Amino acid sequence: MREVAVVGVGMTKFGERWDKQLRDLFVEAANEALKDANMERNEIQALYVGNFSAGSFVGQEHVGPLLADYLSLKYKPAFRVESACASSGMAFNLAYMAVASGMYDIVMVGGVEKMTDISAPEATSVYAKAMDAEWESFFGLTLPAAFALIARRHFVQYGTKPEQLAMVSVKNHRNAAKNPLAQFQFEVTVERVLASPIVADPLHVLDCSPITDGAAVAILCSAELAKKYTDTPVYVLGFGIASDTIALHDRSDITTLGAVVEASRQAYKMAGIEPKNIDVAELHDSFTITEIISYEDLGFCEKGKGGLMIQEGETEIGGRISVNPSGGLKARGNPIGATGVAQVVEIVQQLRGTAGKRQVPGAEIGMTQNIGGTGSTCAIHIFGRQRR
Amino acid sequence: MMPKSPRIWQLAERRYRLLGSKCTLCGKTSIGPRSVCPACGSEKVETIQLPSTGTVYSYTVVHSLPAEKDGYGPYIMAIVELEDGIKLTAEIVDCDPEDVKIGMPVELAFRLIGQESEHGIIYYGYKFRPIMSRT
Amino acid sequence: MTIFKDKKTAIVGYGSYIPRYRIKIESIAHAWGESLDMLKGLRVQEISVKGPDEDQVTIAVEAARNALRRAPEVSPKDIGAIYSGSESKPYAVKPTSTIVAAAIGAPMSVRLADYEFACKGGTEAIISCIAQARSGMIKYGLAIAADCSQSLPGDVLEYTASAGGSAFIIGHDSGDPIAYFEGQYSVGTDTPDFWRRDLIKYPRHGGRFTGEPAYFRHVIAAATGLMKELDMKPEDFDYIVPHQPNGSFPVEVAKRLGFSESKVLPGLLSPIVGNFYSGSSPTGLCKVLDQAKPGQRILLVSFGSGAGSDAFSIVVTEGIERKRDLAPKVEDYINRKKYIDYSLYVRFWGKIAL
Repeated sequence: MREVAVVGVGMTKFGERWDKQLRDLFVEAANEALKDANMERNEIQALYVGNFSAGSFVGQEHVGPLLADYLSLKYKPAFRVESACASSGMAFNLAYMAVASGMYDIVMVGGVEKMTDISAPEATSVYAKAMDAEWESFFGLTLPAAFALIARRHFVQYGTKPEQLAMVSVKNHRNAAKNPLAQFQFEVTVERVLASPIVADPLHVLDCSPITDGAAVAILCSAELAKKYTDTPVYVLGFGIASDTIALHDRSDITTLGAVVEASRQAYKMAGIEPKNIDVAELHDSFTITEIISYEDLGFCEKGKGGLMIQEGETEIGGRISVNPSGGLKARGNPIGATGVAQVVEIVQQLRGTAGKRQVPGAEIGMTQNIGGTGSTCAIHIFGRQRR
Repeated sequence: MMPKSPRIWQLAERRYRLLGSKCTLCGKTSIGPRSVCPACGSEKVETIQLPSTGTVYSYTVVHSLPAEKDGYGPYIMAIVELEDGIKLTAEIVDCDPEDVKIGMPVELAFRLIGQESEHGIIYYGYKFRPIMSRT
Repeated sequence: MTIFKDKKTAIVGYGSYIPRYRIKIESIAHAWGESLDMLKGLRVQEISVKGPDEDQVTIAVEAARNALRRAPEVSPKDIGAIYSGSESKPYAVKPTSTIVAAAIGAPMSVRLADYEFACKGGTEAIISCIAQARSGMIKYGLAIAADCSQSLPGDVLEYTASAGGSAFIIGHDSGDPIAYFEGQYSVGTDTPDFWRRDLIKYPRHGGRFTGEPAYFRHVIAAATGLMKELDMKPEDFDYIVPHQPNGSFPVEVAKRLGFSESKVLPGLLSPIVGNFYSGSSPTGLCKVLDQAKPGQRILLVSFGSGAGSDAFSIVVTEGIERKRDLAPKVEDYINRKKYIDYSLYVRFWGKIAL
């Protein structure tokens, strides 16, 4: 398997994009990625798109050829990958494998979601399709409610506090305020988070990632070809992919996400590194508790000590491990299908040194961690400035 | 929108009576109907009657409602651990949000889950309430 | 009409269910600007309210499950008929008994039907079970009497129409009897005292016309008819359980029939939980079974508007002491309560038209 590099990235502003349709958003991000890679669109050999539920949100399936058509990628193979919130993290993996295998030299991968054309309660119902439709959502469980169940056990088993959850939101909002493409560009305080309305107790509105429209795109090519398109290619050093039970209640301990543990184990092994070697990480803070559990399950700290880690400021930009310098899902926004590749866009910029006010100094090795549903899918990729 | 009655009917009796699956090889129990044991991969899985009492393993009060629960909230969702160790997801009823606790003993109740629409079919199923019965 | 001399047709299991919510008369009166003085005559203080996820079917299933708890010797597979009496079933077409059958694990070869006769659909279900058990058509029958009683907003019925019900497992010379039937007598006429037109959400009634020509005429006719057939008098009975549209009619009719107040009060529920329509006198019967001694005799007289009455003479056996504690008692449900106000009452009932 040959090495693969990211040579171009592009992303739309994330937020409520009332005037843009799903296809417009993707095309915007894709055109930007092509420009970033100094590449002609007819050089793209295949398109991989991550999208969760265009069918439910905008009545559109068969998203692959839709976007290939709108990008004028004539007759090129176009795939749509769905893994709930991990859709484009998984799409990225398939695109990577397509190039690594030697089957294709240049591939475009992206993600897109248009969520704001339906009401919030309807969006909550669509989100719930990421869980077990017959044994969880049918009975009234929503995705925030599922993570609230997890948070409550984490409080009881490890003494984690609501204030520590709020600190995740505070950090990510602070980071997003430096990110012109982020959905939210205002800072919050712990008090403000805890005073925000309850979504599913103990999670407040400001503990939960928002409803967002947006698209993010990356262009991959073989490492040999990379220098033709950019002076700062970013290389994929390793990955790990894992699945877990669809239903939260089928896990023996709901405070740990087995798919994250397994995927990270594979990723570290493939990249030949340890958790402490990660300089910057874009983690899946669909909810504040998810980021805290991710610190633990990725091996950044001991199980149960995630709350302490955020409290001690270890994951601020420039800290022991800079987590979510983009603002994360919480503040950068979470267009479900786009999030995975949006994480890649940020890590690429961090490793290139072009992240502006959010730059993590001396970032050499970065990680993206994308989770689907309540942890039923986890896709982790590790990136480096140098080849393996 | 096409009616969903066949899909509801497929699982209705399991949801009314709390029937689950048990692997005859390794003993693993699950809430859904399984033809492959999720623990050992055996295809020798049978339907069993699950116990009707258990305790609350974790809970939350849902305020941000999905479309199907319009006008119903807030309501309590929980993971309930049944007497034999199997866990399932269910609403906790006949209990004030302030009174739910991890470890609270609960029993099976038969309640309305929802309906397709005002003229469509009605879905019933299991919820759990603080223990009332004797046996 | 029909006397059963063999003492073999019996209730082998009984159970009830009452929702947790209550509303006080004052709350309803406050919403409508009604004077409490005008309502004194009803002799009802508070009534049960169904929760937002409860309906006639869920109440029927809970009551049926409690009846099965008190009949551990009965397997659902031995139930040959399930009849549900109600005037508030959620499907105009699709019997509640079909859902109860699935919920208790009845076999596919079972007789299922719903009965409607205003507040006496449940006792009709009991009559059918008695007849089919005695004729050998079934080993056991399950009769259910449950309602989420409807009342027009602002109408006097709002002060009494409540939610609850009971179920009975009946067999002939089968199982472990709790109480046997001695006799049954029914009356019926075309009396338009209370009705609900098809596709109309709330019932209407004839006000004071529901009293003498309807309730009193039929309850008294059925009760005296049965006592005459049995050649018995009020003194031969330990309890009388008439239908309970409010807290005063049952006491009045018992008095007119010659029963002392002490015989009607033990089964009287309506003052504190209201009128369960079909579930009313059957749940009164359960309340009596919860406290009766072996050998005691009960006169059960239902009343269904439209109109008719079913009277039963029931004698308790020593089986009651073995089985009474196997499920929650009516008193346990009465004491399990949470008060709500009229705004929640209206939301739980779905009375706001959109």
